[in-house]
Amino acid sequence: MASVTQSSLADAAFQARLDEGIKVEPRDPMPDAYRKTLIRQISQHAHSEIVGQLPEGNWINRAPTLQRKAILLAKVQDECGHGLYLYCAAETLGVGRAQLIDDLLTGKAKYSSIFNYPTLTWADIGAVGWLVDGAAIMNQIPLCRCSYGPYSRAMIRICKEESFHQRQGFDILVKLSQGTAEQKAMAQDALNRWWWPSLMMFGPPDVASAHSAQSMAWKIKLISNDGLRQKFIDQTVPQADYLGLRVPDEQLKWNEERGHYDIGPIPWEEFNQVIRGHGPCNRDRLETRRRAHEEGAWVRAALDAHAAKHAGE
Amino acid sequence: MLYEVFIRSQHGVAHKHVGSLHAPDAEIAMNNARDIFTRRNEGISIWVVPSEAITASAPGDKQPLFDPAQTKVYRHPGFFKVPPEVKNI
Repeated sequence: MASVTQSSLADAAFQARLDEGIKVEPRDPMPDAYRKTLIRQISQHAHSEIVGQLPEGNWINRAPTLQRKAILLAKVQDECGHGLYLYCAAETLGVGRAQLIDDLLTGKAKYSSIFNYPTLTWADIGAVGWLVDGAAIMNQIPLCRCSYGPYSRAMIRICKEESFHQRQGFDILVKLSQGTAEQKAMAQDALNRWWWPSLMMFGPPDVASAHSAQSMAWKIKLISNDGLRQKFIDQTVPQADYLGLRVPDEQLKWNEERGHYDIGPIPWEEFNQVIRGHGPCNRDRLETRRRAHEEGAWVRAALDAHAAKHAGE
Repeated sequence: MLYEVFIRSQHGVAHKHVGSLHAPDAEIAMNNARDIFTRRNEGISIWVVPSEAITASAPGDKQPLFDPAQTKVYRHPGFFKVPPEVKNI
């Protein structure tokens, strides 16, 4: 019993520090559950950046102009960098990168369900930048203030770079929506397919979100899923209006009284299916990731051999 | 031994390099760093790192290292002109 009391005293002291706004640094004492939750969240986030390269990589050699190709290449490079910042932040919590990657490849660890959707046309690259990166920024800006120092610092860097991603996506759609009827239809089709999955990126409704309350007390999460989702909708609908595209929701309506848009029901059954591994590209994404890992084995072996050789000098 | 001194000025921000000092070991380097660099409440945390543990790029490598970034102006969000009537992007 004594140890239970002691650990709950330590937890209370930890919480008091958080409440004062003091950031947690790698060597500070922290409750085991806080450490585990952060490892899970940061590594999922890292995996999402890495897997997120795949739907876009699909378009690097098919981008319509050389400049668009260079821009997309730069963007995909950024995603890779974001994954690395985040793996490093997770590693400060005492977990090895090899373990984290293994968890992704065996399917034990999750990544954002949005990356299990295919990018069928060039307009999808626009929609991914505008909507998916737009939703990601909205999720990530509050995380710049999260309680764990290395995570919050990584997020500050990431958010600065995400703005480029969102704008290049919107720029693609501006071009397409001002183009031929066929190009505009392509943009509309992309919006139709990406709208609902983007809204699901904020996670389940607050009433159904299992870890929200604890994560908010720990300041790992600062704004509720529904709060962020509403903010995203309110900002994005006028942008769709500018493009002359129609948001695929018959029930979408400005609510004067609330000062927000009301929306129709989100297809959560689809979300659950994708999370369970039955999205359009789940298997394909993991297979591609595994193959890339296996085909890169010789690079890792060469680096190890090089390091071992120089350690002996 | 020469040490490089890094100070975190407030909770949450990154340590920043503030200078160097000589000390026979890390503990004394830490004490000296406190005495020399934090007389005006500059910090809440100090790192001392043996200078020889730092691998640095040479100033002469500036061009090959950093010039390639200059041709990629599109990495900056300002490269994309957002129409004035579009907000929050």
